[in-house]
Amino acid sequence: MTQCKYESQRVAYPYFLIAILLFAGQILFGLIIGAQYVWPDFLFPAIPFNIARMIHINLLVVWIIFGFMGSAYYLLPEEVEGEIYSTKLALIDCYLFLVGGIIAIAGYLFRWHDGREFLEQPTIIKIAIVIVVLLFIFNMIMTMVKGRKRTSISIVLLGGFLGLAVFYLFAFYKPANLTEDKFYWWWVVHLWVEGVWELIMASLLSFLIIKLTGIDREVAEKWLYIIIGLTLFTGIVGTGHHYYWIGTPAFWKTWGAWFSASEPLPFLAMVAFAFKMVRKRTREHPNRAAVLWTVGSAVMAFLGAGVWGFMHTLPKINYYTHGTQITASHGHLAFFGAYAMIVLAMISYAVPNIRKSGGFANQKAEILAFWTMVISMIFIAITLTGAGIAQAYLQRVVGLSYMETQGQIAIFYIVRLFFGLTFAAGLIIYIYDFFSSSKTA
Amino acid sequence: MTKSSARNIFIGGTLFFAAVFLILTYKSLSSETLSKRTHPENISDKVVWGKRIWERNACIDCHTLLGEGAYYAPELGNVIKRRGEAGVRAILKTDALQGWGTVRKMPKFNLSEKDIDGLVEFFKWVGRIDTNNWPPNEQG
Repeated sequence: MTQCKYESQRVAYPYFLIAILLFAGQILFGLIIGAQYVWPDFLFPAIPFNIARMIHINLLVVWIIFGFMGSAYYLLPEEVEGEIYSTKLALIDCYLFLVGGIIAIAGYLFRWHDGREFLEQPTIIKIAIVIVVLLFIFNMIMTMVKGRKRTSISIVLLGGFLGLAVFYLFAFYKPANLTEDKFYWWWVVHLWVEGVWELIMASLLSFLIIKLTGIDREVAEKWLYIIIGLTLFTGIVGTGHHYYWIGTPAFWKTWGAWFSASEPLPFLAMVAFAFKMVRKRTREHPNRAAVLWTVGSAVMAFLGAGVWGFMHTLPKINYYTHGTQITASHGHLAFFGAYAMIVLAMISYAVPNIRKSGGFANQKAEILAFWTMVISMIFIAITLTGAGIAQAYLQRVVGLSYMETQGQIAIFYIVRLFFGLTFAAGLIIYIYDFFSSSKTA
Repeated sequence: MTKSSARNIFIGGTLFFAAVFLILTYKSLSSETLSKRTHPENISDKVVWGKRIWERNACIDCHTLLGEGAYYAPELGNVIKRRGEAGVRAILKTDALQGWGTVRKMPKFNLSEKDIDGLVEFFKWVGRIDTNNWPPNEQG
């Protein structure tokens, strides 16, 4: 079996391990808030909804970033043909991030938090995050400088991380005017997930496609530039779809609509790229699970970010769906498809190569986990979409109050919780497989 | 198309659309536009304090404000219009928030008189932002 070519690639392993454990934590808190929708007294008042939801989403962001960093450390030596500049720094940074993350999450449980959505990290934790990311970027740049080559994949990946660092700085800016506050808040949130994170995703996707199909690098990297071009041409001005109702001028309804309606294009290009390259493959890679995660990520990102995003992005529709469960359904499917799955694809590909014992994870178990999680997430999204449509109609057309409406749509939350549990079952299979094959393989 | 032409299109196009975005940003946040749509002159110390209390208690992780936030509790951008100032004060003051009129419960935040004043003024100010007529009705 293929082993990693460069010893320093192994430093990715602790990042991947932590990512998976934090993923499990994210799902645990997802189940808690899913249960609170059904039984509002569950864990109340010890862990109220707002705290559990804060933890659910913060863990998501942190494990994805752990996954991105691990992926970068795995991919860089092969791309630039040279070892990581400092594996020691990579490890120190990893543990610094882990300790910071644990302190933040534990702090939330004791109500130590700031209060803007997703940016609840107290200022000192935010500063720690910036330090962690800058140390990582330093290590990445030094690796690229010392390496023999600089490929497009590595440059785009670096661009993605630089963007991640730069736009996070807007988290420190908190104007008193709520409209202005929300305006720049989206520079972190939107320009991350519908901007620079897609650069990271696209470069990981290109790397995986090259490794798994054996297609020509020139072709893959041309596609990479087309994908990220479509991403930023549509995504930057597409920020405007968040500026319809927050006090910003009405012209955003036009700009936001046109540009964000085009935001599915980069995801469509990813799907076309993945399928075309897999069809033209010059090798049958034995790691079927990695191929499945890779192609699956492109497809699910297109569904979740592209189709589910398009569904409610036009102002005439968004007027009724804004701030309903429709948004939640889109968020779940998009994040899982685009970011969770691309990280799981990298883990699936890289970890068997990192483990000295060699060998792949139990492919059957991993593929079962894949389908269980993917199908569960699709049903979570469909259920929340149903809830959202009913909510928009009852509350905004019929005119029932918020809580009356919630009573009417209770059944959707029960079904959603059920699929949350099946998702968790898929994750348990995945984790069991991950750890059992580390012993036996 | 070759790889290098794809790269050049990417760089040129990104710079172009970033410039478009910055121009639109400038127009959105000019003091003229902001003062017309948000009346910043009415952001009193109380409003500023209210926003701080809003954040300190992570209200946004249950409620929405102008449609953004979590979807577990009602929209509050228009709460003064929907419940009236006295109604909002009553809700914030009641210790028995546990189970306030619904099955879902708001945690006890032990708000002082000053905090409640701030929140009410904050909600009043937010309620006057020009949101292009969102939400569609009083229910939020």
